[in-house]
Amino acid sequence: MKDKPIALKFSGVSFSYAHLDVLSDVTFHFHSGEFIALVGPNGSGKTTLLKLILGLEEPTSGTIELLGHSPKRSRSLIGYVPQHVSYDPSFPISVGEVVRMGMVESRKRYRTSHGEAVMKALTQVEMETLVNRPYSELSGGQRRRVLVARALVGEPAMLVLDEPTANMDRESERRLYHTLSALKGETTILIVTHDMSQVSALVDRVFCIDALSETTGSRTVVQHPLEDVDDTTKRVLHDTAIPADQCWQEVRNG
Amino acid sequence: MGNIASFFSALFSPDFPFVRNAFFAGALSSILFGLLGSVVTVKRIASLAGAISHAVLGGIGIALYLSATGKVPHLSPMVGAIIFALLSALLIGTASLKSKQREDTVIQAIWAIGMSIGVLFMAKTPGYSDPSSYLFGNILLISAQDLWLLLALDIVVIILISRFYAQLEATAFDEEFAQVRGIPTQAVFLVILAVTAIAVVLLQTFVGIVMVIAMLTLPAGTAGFSAKNLAMMMVSSTIYSFIFSTAGLAAGWAFDAPVGAMVVVIAGLFYLGMLLFNALKKRRRRS
Repeated sequence: MKDKPIALKFSGVSFSYAHLDVLSDVTFHFHSGEFIALVGPNGSGKTTLLKLILGLEEPTSGTIELLGHSPKRSRSLIGYVPQHVSYDPSFPISVGEVVRMGMVESRKRYRTSHGEAVMKALTQVEMETLVNRPYSELSGGQRRRVLVARALVGEPAMLVLDEPTANMDRESERRLYHTLSALKGETTILIVTHDMSQVSALVDRVFCIDALSETTGSRTVVQHPLEDVDDTTKRVLHDTAIPADQCWQEVRNG
Repeated sequence: MGNIASFFSALFSPDFPFVRNAFFAGALSSILFGLLGSVVTVKRIASLAGAISHAVLGGIGIALYLSATGKVPHLSPMVGAIIFALLSALLIGTASLKSKQREDTVIQAIWAIGMSIGVLFMAKTPGYSDPSSYLFGNILLISAQDLWLLLALDIVVIILISRFYAQLEATAFDEEFAQVRGIPTQAVFLVILAVTAIAVVLLQTFVGIVMVIAMLTLPAGTAGFSAKNLAMMMVSSTIYSFIFSTAGLAAGWAFDAPVGAMVVVIAGLFYLGMLLFNALKKRRRRS
């Protein structure tokens, strides 16, 4: 994994809103093909970190390299699945049209060939039969899977999912992880979640947004080892901290 | 019934050119009502469009004053209104993007200040200038030039929407995602406001400043009950607008009543009727 190119690299990144320090001296990286979980309690700065990765916010200091370039330049290579879309239920749109949106570019029009890609992405999330269904008629879990298909349709180099299983029914969750397991190794995957204790067995490494530092008044990112619980789950060992900048193989070999 | 028949004979009679002008103004306005109204509705910026449309009166007032006092001879109120509309669109757009907490206050202030400037300048304009024809529309004032301008803006809006439909749909549905995909969402937002502002100036001749916003929301809202996607919403909203405009014009003629108000009342009643019908249908489906 270490031989593969670096997918995301934070070097000494700090970020603050007007009068509020959120993150300080965040340094970590992971490689292409890794399945990473970023965990932290609610309000710890996960969304801020995500916005920095997507180039929606600029760091106060330090540098972020996403797929070899600045986030703003590379972000269109990311398949982004937001936690929720502040979505107007009266917006007239079909499932297929929401997925097609994953291929929108700043100037180009949609092409007819996009239809095949839409069907392929919907098949990946096992929702191909619902392509013409109005998006507003779906359940919450189904909508989330449509958003995953929207992220997959452009065949992204990296998939970023914000709290993908929050408020999701068991069946939808199982199907989502089934989709992700098929992508593991091929596509770099970053999952952001507030569940600190355990993560999916698919996860290779976990980064945790640390407790609030009394000296800096902000938080940083640390890495914790994982322990297998069963076929579907791994436990995060919070007692042990590994330097966040250490790679997967180095972590494994101790 | 006889009155309605007399409307149609007036429509084709050379003795009443203003009826024909009003009919064409209604038809050309319907395209803007339908297309821009759908965008305003799905982008949820009806309140911003409402503020811009009212602030436009300031520009009309200033232009009338400058022209009548000879300071800028032959300045058309339309030109003043367009400049003012673009300025207020820029101000309101920037306020919406930058000051999220005070957005409402700033927008309401621009709305009120714009209208007040209009009233003040009109009061000081030599001769008679009546704000009510701008506020509520006056089909007698529709000129051939207005029709050409409406046609030109129709063409521009059709080209812009068909060219940038994908980007428009994405920013309206999920702005953050669109931004990640590299779409300049803030620029798209400001362009929508600017085009809406110019449209409001041209559309006020038909229904008036106060009622423009009703026609930018009611036909699109009515279309929203049955449309499967944004494109379909735009087309059916245009058709609804045309029906409401023509019906309003005919009813205005038949009852000797202001056309702008008639159009809005018809559109509003139809929308409320559809709302009730859909609510009953949903309830019946549940039980």
